[in-house]
Amino acid sequence: MKLTGAQIVCESLLRENVDVVFGIPGGAILPLYGAMPEYPQLRHILVRHEQAAAMAADGYARVTGKAGVCMATSGPGATNLVTGIASAQMDSIPIVAITGQVPRAAIGKDAFQETDMTGITLPVTKHNYLVMSAAEIPQAIKDAFYIANTGRPGPVLIDIPKDVLLNDEAEFSYPDDVDLPGYKPTMDGHPSQIQKAAQLIAEAKRPIILAGHGIIISRAYQEVLELAERAQIPVVTTLLGISSFPSEHFLNVGMPGMHGMAYASMAINESDLLISLGMRFDDRVTGRLSDFAPNAKVVHIDVDPSEISKNVKATVPIVGDLKRVLQALLPHVEPAVHAEWVQQVEDMRVEHPSHRIRETDKLLPQYILRTLSDVTDGNALVVTGVGQHQMWAAQHCRFKNPNSLITSGGLGAMGFEVPAAMGAKVGAPDKVVWSIAGDGGFQMTLCDLATCAENNIAVKFAIMNNGYLGMVRQWQDFFYNKVYTATSYSANPDFVKLAEAYGIPGIRVTDKSQVESSIRQAMMEPGPVVVDFLVEPEENVFPMIPAGESLSEMLEEPDQVPAFQASNEGIAT
Amino acid sequence: MSGATERHTIVALVQDQPGVLNRVSSLFRRRGFNIASLAVGQSEQPNLSRMTFVVEGDIATMEQVTKQLNKLIEVIKVSELVEEEIVAREVALIKVRATPTTRSEIIQLVNIFRANIVDVGPQSLIIEITSGEDKIDAMYNLLRPFGIREVMRTGRIAMARSASETRAERPRGDTPTPTKNGAEHEQTQVPYG
Ligand SMILES: Cc1ncc(C[n+]2csc(CCOP(=O)(O)OP(=O)(O)O)c2C)c(N)n1
Ligand SMILES: [Mg+2]
Repeated sequence: MKLTGAQIVCESLLRENVDVVFGIPGGAILPLYGAMPEYPQLRHILVRHEQAAAMAADGYARVTGKAGVCMATSGPGATNLVTGIASAQMDSIPIVAITGQVPRAAIGKDAFQETDMTGITLPVTKHNYLVMSAAEIPQAIKDAFYIANTGRPGPVLIDIPKDVLLNDEAEFSYPDDVDLPGYKPTMDGHPSQIQKAAQLIAEAKRPIILAGHGIIISRAYQEVLELAERAQIPVVTTLLGISSFPSEHFLNVGMPGMHGMAYASMAINESDLLISLGMRFDDRVTGRLSDFAPNAKVVHIDVDPSEISKNVKATVPIVGDLKRVLQALLPHVEPAVHAEWVQQVEDMRVEHPSHRIRETDKLLPQYILRTLSDVTDGNALVVTGVGQHQMWAAQHCRFKNPNSLITSGGLGAMGFEVPAAMGAKVGAPDKVVWSIAGDGGFQMTLCDLATCAENNIAVKFAIMNNGYLGMVRQWQDFFYNKVYTATSYSANPDFVKLAEAYGIPGIRVTDKSQVESSIRQAMMEPGPVVVDFLVEPEENVFPMIPAGESLSEMLEEPDQVPAFQASNEGIAT
Repeated sequence: MSGATERHTIVALVQDQPGVLNRVSSLFRRRGFNIASLAVGQSEQPNLSRMTFVVEGDIATMEQVTKQLNKLIEVIKVSELVEEEIVAREVALIKVRATPTTRSEIIQLVNIFRANIVDVGPQSLIIEITSGEDKIDAMYNLLRPFGIREVMRTGRIAMARSASETRAERPRGDTPTPTKNGAEHEQTQVPYG
């Protein structure tokens, strides 16, 4: 029996074990929505903005390890997906985006709601397809999921003209194999490279593990733990590597870099061997490259060969899936103690306590995040927006379970906090999901509170409401003579009333004494909740290594800022 | 980036699909790689084309170029060719002004360069030369005094000599077995250790 293109899409998605899709319909994709009632196993969650569909698919993918799926119509629907797709690309998140396109005959004619989606998304997808017949759909979907999920994961877009969905028919059979002669991710590391890495590890006096997102993607937690413990190696976690290694472990040194722990950056600076696992030496980690880890050799393990020696030259490069490479490496790693080195790192931690929160009665976001972490006993899934609150969450939340921090690290897309948390909760309904939101970012995507309310997606939203685009204000404070152009949100809505307007309970917190009880109250609610924390407006994130600088320019405490400004007068940062 | 900037020849075998040239050129533009020339044509295998790039940059840049090209799904294989071990050719068409008095002198030049005259008009000749870039440049410079009307060059195509090896190949690897939508990553919470 022949099926329409729309039916073939649904059949194919089911073959890929898709159980939920996020989207909004429109003319060009309507045939697909027309077929959906025949496939009740495919749960469609109607969002309020397509950006939320893409970001919810991202959050869903991160918690489940399966590709998240989003859908949109041609033109504006599809372009609204782009920020979410770009974020997934930067953070190596598998999502499959399906977009309707104008009918085949209209392509290239500037038809109503025509945009060249394969063109637009070319640099922000791992791959994309324009499928020109129903018969080609199954292979395209098969290949798309395979590409999205394997190697270094990433987003794949499939653009399908309306008439292919509606009128074109084909016999349906789902292929067993992919048809990708040019795509063969390297999974196993080269044995002699692995030997060399083991040798460097045996020789190192001051080794550091740089733990990146790749550990979470390949679920290599146990192998990394074993490596760290066996050779007694302190572990520094990148922003996306947070929760790849237990927070409370004595070898966990925390996040380095621009807003990282001073001692984590110092440990890298002192190290003689960086064991870089599934991380890509982002500029937020390294600062000025010429000053980065001046004394260290580098073992770099990554599944993406193009990341190796891109920013930092690897002494021993190993391409492969992290879990498999580490499994092959571990038998060659001799037990070792680096007592002196571990003590040295510990001393740095004591001398430079970046994680300390200053004593005050004011309502500090740092205090809220620490309390939230305590109340949830480190068991919550934490999703953040982008800005100061994101950095404070990275600094002050503790994670008992792996893969518990979800944040737009590479793109740094504000607005991520609402939809990604929504997608994460859909993917992990039994988990407590806290969205740590900025008042700025929250207002970019809060329309999807309606989606949470409608589907009872019980995300707990904690707005760190400072009335500012706080991180940008901080840059203006440090680098632009405190001229706060366009960063004050002086007419923020009443978020409690706003929540109530969506049928969601709202709680306002203005005093430190209410923090713990409000968090507990929010967790007792069965559904979504919005907690509006009116925090200290002009609190800054410390430490800070200004962009393009190195450790020696680090501003560890507020009192260092004026001296820094004086010595850098006239330098545009 | 360190090291001297030089020209490197890179050959890519690619799937003959709509948009593949766009993907390749978009990659070069986005990552700021400098293409001196690019030539595309059919290969010996059905549905596969071969592209020859001449790229400017140091060794580290070339490593990135080949790795990034390899990441494109439709690119089957990338090789950086060692300059000394290749046959490289380019075709140029040069329309030059030719009067009864200069014509024989031009014909002499054409013969010396083993080029061909492929069109003769009352005021001009079209010369076709297939050669290395240096020789084409030399011929061009010698023809310049006669008055060049138009030049068209194909860019380099190149092939490793039979006995030689290519320097950079796609990183070795096994094909992982296809999985259903990340099924190996169960949703169940995996503990740290
Ligand atoms: C979509 C988007 N627009 C602009 C920026 C630039 N930006 C980075 S942080 C920031 C301020 C974020 O404000 P808010 O969400 O209130 O968080 P806060 O820093 O105050 O905690 C801005 C505007 C961005 N990252 N993303
Ligand atoms: Mg704010």
